[in-house]
Formats: sequence, structure tokens, C-alpha cells
Amino acid sequence: MAARLRAPGFYRAGLYMVFALLFTTALTWIVRMSTGHGTFRHYIDANAILTVALLAVPLAFLIGIGGFDYWFYWASGRPTRPEDHSGHGAYSWKDYFRINTDHKVIGIQYLVNSFFFLLVGGLIAMLMRAQLAQPGSHFVDANTFNGLFSVHATLLIFLFMVPVFAGIGNFVIPLMIGAPDMAFPRLNALSFWLLPVAGLIMLGSFFAPGGAFADGWTAYAPLSVNAPIGQTFFSVGIQFAGASSIMTALNFLVTIITMRAPGMSFFRMPLLVWANFATSLLVVIATPFIAASQFFVLLDRALGFNFFNANAGGDVLMYQHVFWFYSHPAVYIMILPGFGIVSEVIAVKARKPIFGYRMMAFSLLAIVALGFTVWAHHMFTSGMAAWIRIPMAITTSIIAVPTGIKIFSWLATLWRGVLHLDTPMLFALGFITTFTLGGISGIMLAMVPFDIHVSATYFIVAHIHYVLFGGSLMTIFAGVYYWFPKMTGRMYDERLGKWHFWSTFVFLNLTFAPMHILGLEGMPRRVSTYASQFAGLNLFISIASFGLGLTTLVFLYNIVTSWRGGPRAVSNPWRGMTLEWQVSSPPPVFNFDRVPTVVGGPYEYGVPGAVHGIFTPTPAPAGAGVAGAPSH
Amino acid sequence: MLGVIATAIGIVLSFVIKWFPVQASTQAHNTDRLYHVLVIASVPIFVLVTTVVLYSVWQFRMKSGEELKDGPPIHGNTRLEVFWTAIPTVLLLGLVGYSFVILHDNEKKPAREIDVGVTGQQFVWTYQYPRSITGGATLNSYQLYVPEGESVEFNIRSKDVIHAFWVPAFRIQEDAVPGITTHWRATPDRIGSYPVVCNLLCGVGHSLMRSTIHVVTQARFKAWIASQTRGATTTASAGPASAGTSG
Repeated sequence: MAARLRAPGFYRAGLYMVFALLFTTALTWIVRMSTGHGTFRHYIDANAILTVALLAVPLAFLIGIGGFDYWFYWASGRPTRPEDHSGHGAYSWKDYFRINTDHKVIGIQYLVNSFFFLLVGGLIAMLMRAQLAQPGSHFVDANTFNGLFSVHATLLIFLFMVPVFAGIGNFVIPLMIGAPDMAFPRLNALSFWLLPVAGLIMLGSFFAPGGAFADGWTAYAPLSVNAPIGQTFFSVGIQFAGASSIMTALNFLVTIITMRAPGMSFFRMPLLVWANFATSLLVVIATPFIAASQFFVLLDRALGFNFFNANAGGDVLMYQHVFWFYSHPAVYIMILPGFGIVSEVIAVKARKPIFGYRMMAFSLLAIVALGFTVWAHHMFTSGMAAWIRIPMAITTSIIAVPTGIKIFSWLATLWRGVLHLDTPMLFALGFITTFTLGGISGIMLAMVPFDIHVSATYFIVAHIHYVLFGGSLMTIFAGVYYWFPKMTGRMYDERLGKWHFWSTFVFLNLTFAPMHILGLEGMPRRVSTYASQFAGLNLFISIASFGLGLTTLVFLYNIVTSWRGGPRAVSNPWRGMTLEWQVSSPPPVFNFDRVPTVVGGPYEYGVPGAVHGIFTPTPAPAGAGVAGAPSH
Repeated sequence: MLGVIATAIGIVLSFVIKWFPVQASTQAHNTDRLYHVLVIASVPIFVLVTTVVLYSVWQFRMKSGEELKDGPPIHGNTRLEVFWTAIPTVLLLGLVGYSFVILHDNEKKPAREIDVGVTGQQFVWTYQYPRSITGGATLNSYQLYVPEGESVEFNIRSKDVIHAFWVPAFRIQEDAVPGITTHWRATPDRIGSYPVVCNLLCGVGHSLMRSTIHVVTQARFKAWIASQTRGATTTASAGPASAGTSG
């Protein structure tokens, strides 16, 4: 037992968490006592302990499970354990529940963790729709309802949308660029383990006195400053999720810049790599701003800093500027990797080179640059200085241009191709139509007078769900089906996959399209009850949303049964040219037994004799031309 | 051809569907016109994208025997790419320029207007009429009456957290922000009573933070002001019981 408590793992993590709790209690007691009776009525205060514990206990868990071991050894001058690669590969399900430095294992950890929170977030949405099925219903009370939509959005943004792309990228990108792993495998492991911690903090807020944080995922001050302790769970949870994002993004940037295979110039990189490169730039620059915004709130809440107390010289609008300076780029963080996935799927499934490859890459960079110049379009009705609306409306309109270039380029890629209409392709094509709709409503919202009417209404709810569900989630499904054979070594059930696509596509439109009308007619978002004139459409939406929830079961069933007992996948079932398809499914522990050399573009379909990568010293086998060369 | 028909149907539909609540201010007419222009510009783009997807699926889907066939290696077309960069840019700049014209019209300060104070607090709206309107003491009321045909500037404040003062029938809202005063103006042009909605999450009672705006004739407005100020030498205040009862 003593050995177990000393070795990294859950036992040691549990022990350290107990230590952290005791430390927290002692620390708050000492601070409160030393500052005197006059300030604090009690030396022991549950909220004070909880606030500090929310920071200390998760850190203790991460240390206990072994996330920092190597660095601590190094920092304290003790001999570090030479890397014996025992942390690579997964041989049983238990290997997924410990610190693992293999990017393929971490990718799966990310994906499974993200989809767990997708299910939780989706279930919460079902509860919200149950409440909203009728006006004035009492399925849950108003405070609980506010907590539900706040946690719904927070989980799906910070624990699903952002990390799920990092998960796909983690698995695929080192393979795509011909690298044996990510640049910083230990950092990679730590960045994963921050996520379940953040997720449990968010979910744990439901058990906090006063209920879950209930001020929306935007957590506008000063409402969030004076909210019950549940709000602290949000402020702290964001720090852990944000730290995870930043670490992974740094890792992607260094990996992509320094670890590309010989011959892989930037303009020979697959577009998914480009997309993750662009996304990582956004993450690294923007994420510190949301961390700051939540630290402001935390300091206001815990220590009375009055950043947002107007009566003490605080500036309420500043919160929104800092918050949106992250949270607008965040929507691109949540879609650019999806653009990359769709580019991969469409090129392979249409059997054609991506139309305008360079413009596709440049448009990603244009979105990165423009993405930082549009944040105040979330604040057209906030009372900020009126002139800011003009430049922000112009940039918001212009940012649609690079997005439009991508859409048109995909359409041109389809043109005269040989379309394989299997599940990943269906999701990619579905994405193009629903995302275009979400993009169009986005352009409408850039028009200030129109936004002044529909800002914060169900029109916004419809827009964001068309973009994130009809956009991002469709690309995620496309990507998961597309790389499922590579990740698991098994094929998914094509018939169930098509069922999943069609049911999702139908129900998502039935659920979210009517919300546009509700918003135009004057229904605000974030309400637990509404005027009776909206009753009919809301009932319709609720019923459709339950259907949408059920479609997830088809996906789950397909993934679980196929993973356990699907037919074995060959190394290159889609005849893709990019490097990940040239190794076995699943790939060897160190990805490439021979270092690949890249000799051409990634999408040279239809070019006679073209290859993307060859494996030295053995040249690619003859006849590799059309489909690329499976090497195992 | 199919695309043209679908576009036509889409645009006709956009005029048939009743998107909005009643228009009760001159600003509402402008904003709704902007919306229709936006829809007319959007429908062809959406139809174009969808049509190309559906046509490709129909025309270029893999037929049996083509399992190993690849498409033609077309890498791009600079003229086409310049075209679909330039045209959307021009279209978008045109639309956003038009929206600024509407914005300017909606927010232009007229020669004559009355000021009404709006105060949000959890979870109720109160309205302040200045001496220039009441002729006596300032009037603080739970009820909101405005005269038809006269521009009203609302000066919006908050006592606690952020709210948003929204009149859907006017198509305008602005946040009530603690520490600053925000403004919007509208010229009501249709007599009736319309909902006032708090449109920014302000706490547990947010869903119920509602009020009513009554657009009445000039004569009735004067009569209402008189009835509220009668007998009150200091600040008159309508009791909570009267909030929302008259209609």
C-alpha cells in the first residue's frame, strides 16, 4: 500500500488531495486569524476554504497522478528517470487512466473525455427543453434553469468543442507531418489531465450551496461578482481548461514548426495541419484574456478588489471587452480545425486535389488576423462608445470573405470529382449547407441596426447552434468516422453511420431553424418562461430536440460496438495520400518505422504517378501512384 | 435553372412569412426593410451553395465500376478565385454601408424630442419623467406612457447589475449598465401597448422582468401625466400595485 501511495497514480492523487484540503483549511484559518477579529467573524469559513481548495485540490490531484514528476525530479536536482518509453502505447483500458505520453493514447483520451462531456451537455439541453416545452412550467425552478444553460454552454464550449479538436489533432497531426510524437509529450499528458479536472469542477458546481453558476457562460460582471459560490467553480474551472488549451496549442505550434518530415514544406502540409497551426496561434494569443477576465471576477468575489463595482470606480464594460477578446476568437478556435477536417475528407472522398490549396491556407491566416478585430460585435447594444460599432461591423463583414473562399473552394473541389458518399463525406456535405446558413445569419448580425433588435434573442441562439452544431459538430462527426479505422484499427458500421447522419441533419434543422423566428418575434434567450404567443414553436422545438438527442444513441452504439468487434481495418481504407494512411491501423507505437520523405503535395489525386511521401531506404512500391503507398 | 426557381421561391417566401412583431416606431420600418434586403441578398447565396452540393451529389457520385477512379487533377483557377473573393467583398461592403445609412437614420437627433428616464433593477423597470414634461416635480412611475409621433430619448440606468431595455415592437434595445447612462431613441408611430423585455440575464427573476409601453395620443399622454402628478407636490410614485394593471 505504501508503495502505491508513493508511485504516481490515483492512490497518490487521492492522498495529495486530502493534504491539499488540510493545507487549504489551515491557510485560510491562519490568514483570517492574523488579520484580526474585526474583519472576519469566523476563522473557519466554508466559502473561503472552498475558494482556495478549488485551486489547491486539483493541483494536488495533477501532482499526485504524476503530471509533474519528471520536472520536479529535474528541478530538485535528483536524477530524472531516463525515458524508457514505458509511457507509450496502450495495452489495456487501464493505460488510458494514467499519465501516458503517447500522442495517440492522449488523442483517444481527449476524444473519449470530450464525448463524455458532449453527452452530459446534451442531457442538460434536454432538461432545458423539457422546461421550455410549455410557458410557465415548473419542471425546474428559475435558479436551476439558469444553472442548466450556463453549465450546458460552458461544458460544450470548454470541455467539448475546444478539446475535441485538440484530440483529433493530437492523434492525427504527428502522423500527418511524419513525426514520431508531439514535441513535448509530458506537457501533452499534463494538458489532457487538466481537462477532466476542469469538467468535474464545472459539474461539481451543481452541488455547491446556492446551486451551479447561473450567469451564463459569459458570466457578465457585476452579476457574477455577487453570485453564490457556484460562480467560483466557473472562474476556477476556466483556468484549468484554459491552461490545457494553451499548453496544447504551444505543443502543436512547436510540433508543426520543428518536427515536419524531410521535404514537408509548409505548402506541402495537409490543410488539417494548417488549420491546427492557425487555431493554435489564436489559442496562444487569446486564451490568456479569458483567464484574466475570470481572475478579475475571482479577485472581486474573494477579496473585494472592486474591478467591476461601479460605485467604487469599477468599470463594468471592461469585463465584456476582455471576455470577448478571447471569446470571439474562440468561435474560430471552434471551427478552424473543422475546416481542416472537411478539407481532408472532401479531397479524399471526391478524389480530387483541393481547389485553390494556397488560398485555403492563406484564408485560415486571414481569419486568424481578422479574428482579433471583431470582438465588440458582441457588444453592439452594451452601451460602449457608439463609434466602435462602425469599424467592428466592417471587419465582421469582411471576415466572411475568407470563410466564403473556403466554402467556394470546397464546392469547386466537388465539381467533376468521383464522390464517395459514405458517412464522413455526408457529414462534410451536410456541414457545408448548415454552416453556410449559420454564416449567413452571422453576416446579418454584423448589420448594426438589425443586431440591435435581435441581440441576445433566440435568433442568436439559432445562429450559434447552426455554427457550432450544424458547423463544428458536423465536422467532428466527419472526422471521427474518417479516422476511426486509423484510431481503432476497426471499421465502423456504414449503415448505422448513414442513419446517424440523416437523423442528425433532419433533427438539427427542425430544432434550430424555428429559433430564428422566435428571436425575430421577440423571445429573449436565457429565460425559463416566456409569453404564451411563443408556446407553439417552443413545443415543436422541444420535441425536435428530443429527437436530436436520441440520434446520439445511434452514434454511440455504432462507435462502441465497432470499437469492440468491428471488422479489422486495412491501413488505408480510403486510399488517402497523406502520411497517416501509409502506416498500419492502428499505427505502430512510434508511428513510423522508417522516416518518411515528402516529395509532393498532399492531395495529388488524379495526377498520374504522384506520391505525397516515400519511405526511405525502401522506395515506395511500384503502382503506388493513384492511391499512395500503403507501407505495412 | 433550378437554382433560379429556388431563389425566386425563397425570396417570395421571405415576404410572405411574418417574421416580426408589429411595427410601432419609424425605426422598426427601417430595420425591417434592412432585414428584407439582407434576406434577398442571402437567399441566392444559400441556394447557390446548396444547389452545387446537390447537383454534385447527383451528377458526380461514384457509379459502380468507378471504385478506383480519380477525378481530374484540377488544382485551382486564379480568375475564379479572384472572382469569388472580389464579389462577396463588394456585396458585403455594400450591405454594411447600407446598414450604416439605416443606423444613421434611426439614431438621428430630431429637432424636438422628449426625454424619459429608464431605471432597471432586479427585477423591475421604473420610468422617470423630467420636469419639462410634468411641469412640476419629476415623476417616477412603474408605468411607461409615450406620445405617438414624437421622438423619445430613453436615458437608461441600472441600480444593480446589467439589464437590457428592449422594446421588440420598436426593434431597439440597449443595456442598462451600472455606473453609466446609455441611450436610445425611437419615434413611436402606432397607438397600442407593447411588451418591454429585459434582454440581458440579470438573475433569478430575469424571465419575469417585463413591463409594458403604452403608445397613446398626445392628448391622452398629457392627461396621463396630469393624472400621475395630481395631488403630488413632491415626487409622485405609482405604487407597485398599479404596475402593469392599466392597459
